[in-house]
Parts: sequence; structure tokens; C-alpha cells
Amino acid sequence: MARKLLLEHINVPGINTFDVYRSKGGYAAVEKALKTLTPDEVVEEVKKSGLRGRGGAGFPTGMKWSFLAKPAGVARYLVCNADESEPGTFKDRYLMTYIPHLLIEGMIVASFALGANTSYIYVRGEMMPQIRILEKAIAEAKAKGFLGKNILGTGYDLELYVQPGGGAYICGEETALLESLEGKRGNPRIKPPFPAIAGLYGCPTVVNNVESIAAVVPIINDGGDEYAKIGIGRSTGTKLISAGGNLRKPGVYEIDLGLPVEEFLYSDEYCGGIANGKRLKAVVAGGSSVPILPANLFMKTINNEPRLMSYESLAEGGFVSGTMMGSGGFIAYDEDQCIVRNTWNFARFYHHESCGQCSPCREGTGWMEKVLHRLEYGHGKMSDMDLLVDVSKKIEGNTICPLGDAAAWPVASAIRHFRDEFEWHVTHPHEATTRNFGLAHYADPLPKLEVAAS
Amino acid sequence: MLSVQDTNTPVTFSPELLDKFADVVSRYPYGKQKSALLPILHLVQAEYGWVSVPAMDSVANFLSIQPIEVYEVASFYTMYFLKPQGKYMLEVCRTGPCEIVGATPIMEHIEKTLGVKEGDVTPDGLFSWRGVECLAACGFGPVLQIGPEYTFYENLTPESVDQLIGDLRAKS
Repeated sequence: MARKLLLEHINVPGINTFDVYRSKGGYAAVEKALKTLTPDEVVEEVKKSGLRGRGGAGFPTGMKWSFLAKPAGVARYLVCNADESEPGTFKDRYLMTYIPHLLIEGMIVASFALGANTSYIYVRGEMMPQIRILEKAIAEAKAKGFLGKNILGTGYDLELYVQPGGGAYICGEETALLESLEGKRGNPRIKPPFPAIAGLYGCPTVVNNVESIAAVVPIINDGGDEYAKIGIGRSTGTKLISAGGNLRKPGVYEIDLGLPVEEFLYSDEYCGGIANGKRLKAVVAGGSSVPILPANLFMKTINNEPRLMSYESLAEGGFVSGTMMGSGGFIAYDEDQCIVRNTWNFARFYHHESCGQCSPCREGTGWMEKVLHRLEYGHGKMSDMDLLVDVSKKIEGNTICPLGDAAAWPVASAIRHFRDEFEWHVTHPHEATTRNFGLAHYADPLPKLEVAAS
Repeated sequence: MLSVQDTNTPVTFSPELLDKFADVVSRYPYGKQKSALLPILHLVQAEYGWVSVPAMDSVANFLSIQPIEVYEVASFYTMYFLKPQGKYMLEVCRTGPCEIVGATPIMEHIEKTLGVKEGDVTPDGLFSWRGVECLAACGFGPVLQIGPEYTFYENLTPESVDQLIGDLRAKS
């Protein structure tokens, strides 16, 4: 049984209330940080932990904090990115729903480290129930003296607010999020300047994912060195994986980084295998924007080594035979799933969510959606696959923010690994939507599990 | 051109609603009251069911910003309705993970049951429905949510959808 740093108490009745959370050792990190450490020492612990941003980019959190400019007389801000909208990812919603005080405790410690006296949790607007949960938890924490003026008599002041978004995936990009928080359209800003220099209201700002901020709590409680002992290589600590798709046991799991993907997929402690006794066809390992991999390439690297749930192992082979950890949005596809339909679905998502600021993304995502739609519905041409690859290349790297890349990678990788399935849609237009397209990619290295339907 | 259904009905916010607006504005530094725009539009929509042009003009007036600044925000974000909707808007997640576990049949079932196309309102004014992009509940699909409280329903089946619609009808 793997250790649980974030989800240890998730099933304790009433853990969403201050008193129960406190009785389980909650807010000890706030006491330790504010009473015994300096802000720089907190940053140092996070650096030592090796924590990497859990929102998708995987940038070292401590390093990001140390970049924060500290001009005298200028306010600094911490903004929590809770705009969880990446298809496949639902860990932050889970964490905020069941253990909101963990996020609030992390916000207090991180705000103290950064010298922020006002912090915001930007939550996607659709998560109104979670917004209400967080607001109640903030009120509780404030009533107990953990927020507001002179926290625990240490002289440190912090106000924490929840900001609802308006329903736009692009606001998960940190500069678009800041624009949105300023009451504008969520159009990403050109970087530099980075938010660490000029962020919210032009002031130095750090934007961190919910899980990254929550992870600060065990790091301060146990020390950065202890946290760094978990995991493998530069992938330290635990990671929340939101597992969905055709799994026996979909859900949010906390794993030690470095867990073999085979164990994660097939053991009863985690996903329990593929639902209905079917075989695994493909996996999206880190949210819809990362390259899709057929089962055989996902289970083992090109060097025939077992693939691990770590930043490095998942990326091994680059975009030719590897993928990315991303946000930990894990989607498993069984043998009945149509990759063309799935790729079209994702292309529609990115077209819908493009903010429209950059022409390659605004126009290119629409082209990809249209071409994939005609392929799925039996009107495609053999030249469409090359056209899609060409369009994806023209989007990738040519936009202000990474949404263009996120739109291009699923399409390019699906064609790379499942080209014969796309061709089958062209050669079998009338059967294209019936999804009987052979078993070319079901080279599952594991035996078909005889399991009951979930 | 802004695609909204216009109305000449003037909008006067109640003192209670204005108090809520003021509370939101107090969260930001002096002079940064525009940050309150998204939360205030949510409050307006919760009160009136949608955001009309006169309502947006009144919000602009309250925040001391130009009306165009409100229009461009309201038309950018998908959560703001620029025309009247049914009392209950059923929003079904239609993105990848929900799609592979049956979002499309659920949307077809809702269309058939309510008898109106996506985005239209039932004659009794009670229901609208639409497909929306990822709702961040991918392990529990298909899912839908219903505003203005955004109550959430997971692992939908045609039967559970019938039950849900029946309960809402009975409530009204």
C-alpha cells in the first residue's frame, strides 16, 4: 500500500470541516512555517522537495517561487489555478470537494513564503458547489485565526478569496487566468514579462495548481528532504492521477511517482484493469493534450523496459514513442473505442476553447475539427491524414500560449500511431461509424483479464 | 456584432443584490473593481436567469467601466446566457472521456424526452439543454449539471435522467 500524503484522511467523516481536519493534524504546517521558519526557509524546503508543478507543465515549484520579484512597496500575489478543464483531469475538483482545508492550509503557507497578503483561488465557474465549499472553509479558518490580521499572533496578515471563472478552458493558462481575474476576456499574455515580474495588476505573482499548493503541506510538515525520498529520479513525491475511460475502477488515486504503469492499470489497489474484461487499446496518460499511445507503446518503452508513472519514463521516446505526465489525467480506451471519433471529439474541444487571439490556433483548430468530422462520418479522403499533420505542424509552436500545441499533439499522435484506422474510415465509408475496424493495435502485452463487469 | 437577444426592459438591481456586488468589489485593491465583473455577472444570471443588455449596462454603470467591457466578457465565456433559457438548463458533458462512456445517447435521450433541440426552451419554459465541454468529472461519466446552483449528477443512465427531469417537473 502506497503512502498517502494528500488523500490520507479523505474518507474521514467531516474532514471537510475545520475541527475534524485540525484533529487529524491539520494546520500544523501553518504553525510550523509561520512560527519557526522564515519565508526563505519555506521556499528552500519546497526547493529541496523537488516538487514539480502538478498542473501539467512540471516546472520545479521552488524554483518558480524563487523567481518572484520583490520590489519594495509593491504588493505580491499568490493565485491558485483551480480552473481544472483538461479533458481527463478531475483530481483538483475531488480534492477541493472532500478536503478543502488542505488547499487552504497550503495557500496560507505558500502565501507566507512569497510575502503575499492577498491571495486568490481562481476556480472554474462550473464548480459552484466547490466554490461554496471553499468559501465556507475559508470562513471557518478565518474564525479560528488562521486567516485575516495577525495570524496566530505572528504579525502575518493574509486575506484569501475565491474567484469564479466564466467557463473557458483557456483560463487554465496562467496569464489568461490573470486576465480573467482582472475582469477581462481570457486572452493569454505574451511572455516575457512572466507573472513573477508582472502578474496580477502588474505586480509580482505566482500561479500554482491546486495539487502543487496542497503538496506544500506535507513538504513543510515532514521536510523537503523526506518528500524528495519518495518517487524516482527527478520525479519526486506523490502524484494524484485521475483515472477515467474504460476502467473497472475509475477514480482519483494518489501514487508514488515511479509506480509501474502495469501495476497502476491492472492491480486492484488502483484501476483494476479494463472494464467488462476487454483489452486495452490505447492510453492518454496526462490529459487530452498529451500524445495518445497504443497499448504496446504505453506499457513498455521502445527499449522494452517497463514504463513507469514518472515524468521521465512517460516522456521516454519523445513524441515518437512516448508521451507526457501532464496533469495526470489518465484515460484508458478499450478495444471497442474509435480513435478517429475520439480525435475528432478532442479537436472539437480545442476549436471550441481556442480564445481566438492567434490565427494558427483559431483557424487551424477549426480546420482540424472539420477534416476529422468528415473522416469520422465517411466522407474523408486519403490525403486528409497528411493534411491534418500539416495543419497540426502549422499550429504547433506558432501561438502565444500552449493551447495551440495542446490541440495539435492529440491529432498528430493519433495519426502517427493509428494511421491505418484513419485509412480504414476512408476505405469503408459506410461502416465508418460502426467501429468494426480490426485489431491492428490491440497488441496488448498483458493477457486479457477475466474479470467481472464493473 | 454582439449576438444577444435585446430587450428594452430596464433593469434595477435590488438593494440585496447591490450589497452582494459591493461585497465582491471589496475583495480587490482600490481601483481594481473590474475584477468583480465575472462574479457579478454570475450573480446577475442567478437572479434573472440570463444577462440582458440593460443588465450589462447597469453592471457597467455600477463598476464605472464601459458597457463594451461587459459585453466582451459576457460574450467570451460560455457560462453567461445572452438570451433567456429554461428555468433549468441541463448541461451534459460531451467531451472525450464522457463520450466514450455514453454522453451522446444521453443527449439524444434528453432531446427526445424534452422534445426541443439543443439550446431551445420547452414550451412551458422549464427546460433547456445543451452539450458542454469537459466538466472535470471524467471518472464518473456521463455527467450533467444544472444551473444556477450547478448541482451535479454522475454516472447517468436514461432512467436516471427521466427521474431527474420528473423530479424537477414535480418541483415546479
